[in-house]
Amino acid sequence: MKLVAKSTHGENIVVRGARVLDPAGGLDQVLDVRVDGGVVAQIGSALDTNEHRVVGGEGLVLAPAFVDPHVHLRTPGREDEETIATGTAAAAAGGYCAILAMPNTEPVVDSAAVLESLVERARAEAEIPVGFLAAISKGLDGAQLTEMAELAERGAIAFTDDGRPVASAGLMRRALQYSAVAGRKLALHCEEPTLSRSGDVHEGTVAAELGFGGYPSVAESLMVERDLALAAYEERPLHLLHLSARESVEALRAAQAAGVEATAEVTPHHLSLTDEAVRSLDPNVKMNPPLRAAEDREALLRALRDGTIGSIATDHAPHARQEKDVPFEEAPFGVTGVETAFAALYTFLVRPGLIPLETVLRRLSHGPAEAYGLAPPRITVGARANLVLLDLGSAWRVEEAAFRSRSVNSWLLGETLTGKVLLTVADGRVAYAA
Amino acid sequence: MNDIPSTRITVVRESLPPKPPERRHLISIRDLDRDDVERLLATAQSFESSLERELKKLPTLRGRTVITLFYESSTRTSSSFELAAKRLSADTMSIKAAGSAVDKGESLKDTALTLAAYDPDVIVIRHPHIGAPQLVARVTEARIVNAGDGKHQHPTQALLDLYTMRAALGRLDGLHVAIVGDVLHSRVARSLIQALELVGARCTLVGPPTLIPRGMAAESSSDIATIADADVVYVLRMQRERMLEGANYVPSLREYAERWGVTRERLRPGQVVMHPGPMNRGVEIDAEVADAADALIQQQVRAGLVVRMAVLYDLLAHGPTAVPADAVLEVAS
Repeated sequence: MKLVAKSTHGENIVVRGARVLDPAGGLDQVLDVRVDGGVVAQIGSALDTNEHRVVGGEGLVLAPAFVDPHVHLRTPGREDEETIATGTAAAAAGGYCAILAMPNTEPVVDSAAVLESLVERARAEAEIPVGFLAAISKGLDGAQLTEMAELAERGAIAFTDDGRPVASAGLMRRALQYSAVAGRKLALHCEEPTLSRSGDVHEGTVAAELGFGGYPSVAESLMVERDLALAAYEERPLHLLHLSARESVEALRAAQAAGVEATAEVTPHHLSLTDEAVRSLDPNVKMNPPLRAAEDREALLRALRDGTIGSIATDHAPHARQEKDVPFEEAPFGVTGVETAFAALYTFLVRPGLIPLETVLRRLSHGPAEAYGLAPPRITVGARANLVLLDLGSAWRVEEAAFRSRSVNSWLLGETLTGKVLLTVADGRVAYAA
Repeated sequence: MNDIPSTRITVVRESLPPKPPERRHLISIRDLDRDDVERLLATAQSFESSLERELKKLPTLRGRTVITLFYESSTRTSSSFELAAKRLSADTMSIKAAGSAVDKGESLKDTALTLAAYDPDVIVIRHPHIGAPQLVARVTEARIVNAGDGKHQHPTQALLDLYTMRAALGRLDGLHVAIVGDVLHSRVARSLIQALELVGARCTLVGPPTLIPRGMAAESSSDIATIADADVVYVLRMQRERMLEGANYVPSLREYAERWGVTRERLRPGQVVMHPGPMNRGVEIDAEVADAADALIQQQVRAGLVVRMAVLYDLLAHGPTAVPADAVLEVAS
């Protein structure tokens, strides 16, 4: 199980005098960090810089770089919306040292041939390490399992039909059983399609007033409960994608307490917004699952704090400008997010005191790596350098022109955010410098 | 966890510099306050006398351009907007989706940009999708009047309904209106519920639970007998396209008509009946009820003209040539 990038060339760097914050390692101290050949070689005070590139870190935070477990790179098929090169460059600018790409492309990543061509392209153009998930069912049609064992051999990190639910309980059970052969987890988009259908907006007062077909919370939580029950029965682990409803969180908490090996993720937009934002009818607040009520947001925040939800995932979903420049009801689901995730979380959650900085950093890095069995980024001697340098005092305005992503469908356009990524070191290489 | 800051809408207001006063639109009843409604109804009233004259045209909007852009079929709404604009001497242009570049796959944005090249003062739009008027407002400089967007809003219908109710019953404050039928799919109901709340009227939704959306801010009942309390029985069109097999909103139109159809027997003397049209006689409304002398359905159509004249006048009345509607009437007569 390996992530792929275009270069593994390790660099020599010293970051001087930053507040080094590695919550997983219990480290929070002003220190120098020296990287030799891409490996953290020394952590201490007044370190020798040799011939190294020196980065002034005074007044800044140096943390383990982030891992995004949920990105749509739109390649193959919609390279007009995103490519491996632009998506990974965008992620690097967001402080990420690794991302996982979803398989709902055109064609779907459901065969060794498609997966291998992606791995090859990533080796040529990925700015940071990228891993690929493969589909659970061929063509995401929910009928026939993919050749999971072979796909795992060729590098599939996990399996998912993300974008669509596995509607059949029978197929879900078989997928859980067979994924044991592949030695990989399933990552599940939980949506009961006969309840969510024609729903663009969370079913509640806002949808009722605006006239939208409601997408009720129970459409998600019913599937979460089904999949947790099957996982418990088959004694298999699973990962729940982009949770949005408080009932889902409650089901997850109960399953974890009962010993089910279940992890979950939540997006910055579900943590920051509620369905009230839909009143603007801005197509850039239309996503699946939809923004939900204030009580749902509270439950997500609580679960993120107490660790029930261990990962923050952007669900970065680029869309061509002309596809979003339509009436809300006609617009496709999804928003971009890798370039704004940290600043959004810092602005809307950390600064108002809802979630401590340490928790956000941990859920952006250690949590998702652990959920997928990847080596968690750490700031410790001997570890590959996966570092992000953050300026917590700097405010910036989110503008179309500054995006490295090929798409601009951000829910934060025009917003002023606080917290800026200044430097990203991914697998020992400087992948981004502001 | 009580201190979670509110959502984006507030955030945006905090972080953006103050904007110049915005162009006014009529996209939702939410764009209006009670004073606006009173002023619009009074303006409509003042236009009423012009309808009695032999020469019906007023010079009020001479030199202004009003474009109607209809992506859905319409008889009442499109014709009354067009006539309203003409009665006020505006130049008008009607675009229908069928037969236009829309047939060739042109996007709403591009059509709006094309029309914007003619510098229209007002674009009246009807579209099957929620959010279409907002899109046109974003990409043009025109004032936008929503003539119906999906299941969202149809504000001029609600205004003409208020106008009709007041004309017939002499008041709006304290009036009790029962809205009967398919509320779920009805933009007319959504606008009317908000408008009734704005003027202090009471509103009850009556229909099968499958057709009353969760979270609607009004009392509701599935018992047709509850209409007995109402001063006005407002019957919604049962949209046949919603009754396709498998949709299961109601088992059959027959059962719907039997349970919720508004018939003479279910009304009490003194109640007035309204319907936004087009009607399905024998389904949501009995033919006898529709044709009865105390039904206000024809009055609604007539009110549509003066109310839409008032809306167009009101949106454009704040320009350099602003004159009160009454004053203009004097000049004209």
